[in-house]
Amino acid sequence: MKNYSGVMVFVEQKNKEIHRVSYELLGKARELADQINEEVVCCLCGPSEIDANELIYRGADKVFHVQDEEIFGNPEVMTYVENIVKIIEEKKPEICLFGATSFGRSIAPRVAATLKCGLTADCTGLAIDEEDMKLVQIRPAFSENILAHIKSQYLPQMATVRYKEFDEAKRDESKTGEIINFSSVKIKNNPIEVLEEITEEVFNITDARVVVSAGKGLKSPEDFKMIEELAAVLGGVVGSSRPLVEDGFISKAHQVGYSGNRVKPNLYIACGISGAPQHQAGMKEADMILAINSDPSAPIFNIADYGIVGDIYEIVPQMIEKIKNKKA
Amino acid sequence: MRIIVLMKQVPDMEKVKFDREKGVIDRKSAGTEINPFDLNALEAAVQIKETRGAEVVAVCMGPPSAEVALKEAISRGADRGILLSDRKFGGSDVKATAYTLAAGIKAIGEYDLVFAGIQTVDGDTGQVGAEVAQFLDIPHIYFVEKIVEANEESVTVVTDIWDGVYVKKMKLPGLVTVTKDINSPRLPAFKDKMKSRKAVIPAWGMDELAEFLDETETGRKGSATMVKKIEVPKAVHRKGLLWRDNMDTALNEFMDILVDKKVIEVE
Repeated sequence: MKNYSGVMVFVEQKNKEIHRVSYELLGKARELADQINEEVVCCLCGPSEIDANELIYRGADKVFHVQDEEIFGNPEVMTYVENIVKIIEEKKPEICLFGATSFGRSIAPRVAATLKCGLTADCTGLAIDEEDMKLVQIRPAFSENILAHIKSQYLPQMATVRYKEFDEAKRDESKTGEIINFSSVKIKNNPIEVLEEITEEVFNITDARVVVSAGKGLKSPEDFKMIEELAAVLGGVVGSSRPLVEDGFISKAHQVGYSGNRVKPNLYIACGISGAPQHQAGMKEADMILAINSDPSAPIFNIADYGIVGDIYEIVPQMIEKIKNKKA
Repeated sequence: MRIIVLMKQVPDMEKVKFDREKGVIDRKSAGTEINPFDLNALEAAVQIKETRGAEVVAVCMGPPSAEVALKEAISRGADRGILLSDRKFGGSDVKATAYTLAAGIKAIGEYDLVFAGIQTVDGDTGQVGAEVAQFLDIPHIYFVEKIVEANEESVTVVTDIWDGVYVKKMKLPGLVTVTKDINSPRLPAFKDKMKSRKAVIPAWGMDELAEFLDETETGRKGSATMVKKIEVPKAVHRKGLLWRDNMDTALNEFMDILVDKKVIEVE
């Protein structure tokens, strides 16, 4: 019998709500598990109230639910690591997947170092090598310029996986599976204390269907009003390139790019954005891209489906009017 | 108080070339620089040094030529630099790199805080910091965008994590990785630049680290992952219909596309 078996998904939750990346991982995990003839299992750390059945409906054969009403209510890395390590050591999955969210990327390396196994960061592709049935982990590196194919030499084969890269597992209430509850491990004298969550505006650019972004072509912070209006008539949200965030025009939650958010909307409109590689890294996977820029040689036009060479101060207001007329 | 800053020398990403046919990175095609995020880590350490006094030690793992990165760190406010360099460290993955850096930190002796950038622009993993912390058996906080307070006992920081912004306090010793938002790194003054040229950078290899480093845990041997293949994907190129004049026609045509693609719902 093999020592290690199964594809484990770490399920991320906040306030009892399951992060959607976990459903994407479940979809991929099912595919991989079927290829190697193994089970899909979940490691869920959170209050007992969370309905673990949802994970069964999304394709898990087993859910290991580490229950605690308090300690999983904060992004406290040490506590999560301790509990996840305990489950992995006991259940010995062959493959272990984490969402490459800020939280996943903060805990997974610590889990891997504890177990002395490998960890591949921020994967955009996962496949089984048919020759040795091992996991091939594909990830961009060198600021998105190359794709590396990586294999782990130890078990479990562990990776963090980029959000919005795979489709969510379909929900099917007729699916059955097993939920096994575990009690939590608490850390004595935890060196880290979470003092408070600074509640800021709840704004999530990564889920938007339409993103209208502005770049250096925008002259003053007030001019974001017209960008906001265009986003509003299209049912979308406002994005920004890095320089405007640095100059304090708009908050970081709106930043699109390598060091900001990666978005994949149905429509991305780039207004006055030249299109540096760092910006492209955050938006090049949009379904449709429209670029508006007065400089016809701006690199943004190379990756845009449609381009308008012109002044955003003339075009954006006209576009708002035309959309309003269409909808009227 | 002693603060250690982890640094990496990386190729200049604006200039580095990639060979699609061979699937290789042509490192000679560009110069090198300090990983940009590490400059934020260094600046954060130097700011603490300025307000309450501290020794700042920059640590870099790399070839002998990476010495220049540590000299630059000194010109930017580090008190000294230590290079971890040995042929046997070559080919290290995240685990082996973190293990080797942790050995270097142990060899320095006492320390209070370890700073690192959130990721490097070449490896792009963002995993080394947390693994170093685990190998040192100290806590870590990632994605730090502000230091509220730092003293010998603890550090209080603002961190952007878990779809929120949190204030966390960590007992020291501990490790922190910083984002670009934490500060704007200063440029070195001319006289500091000149002075740093004369700095002597000790290079520690297997022999110097013997007490803290097991040969089987570093380099290719100590790595848990292997790169099997490198692909250089074609730059994304879209068909690009470009309107240059007659904005009214352009916008009308684009409206039709939006309706056609159901971005705008028309009754």
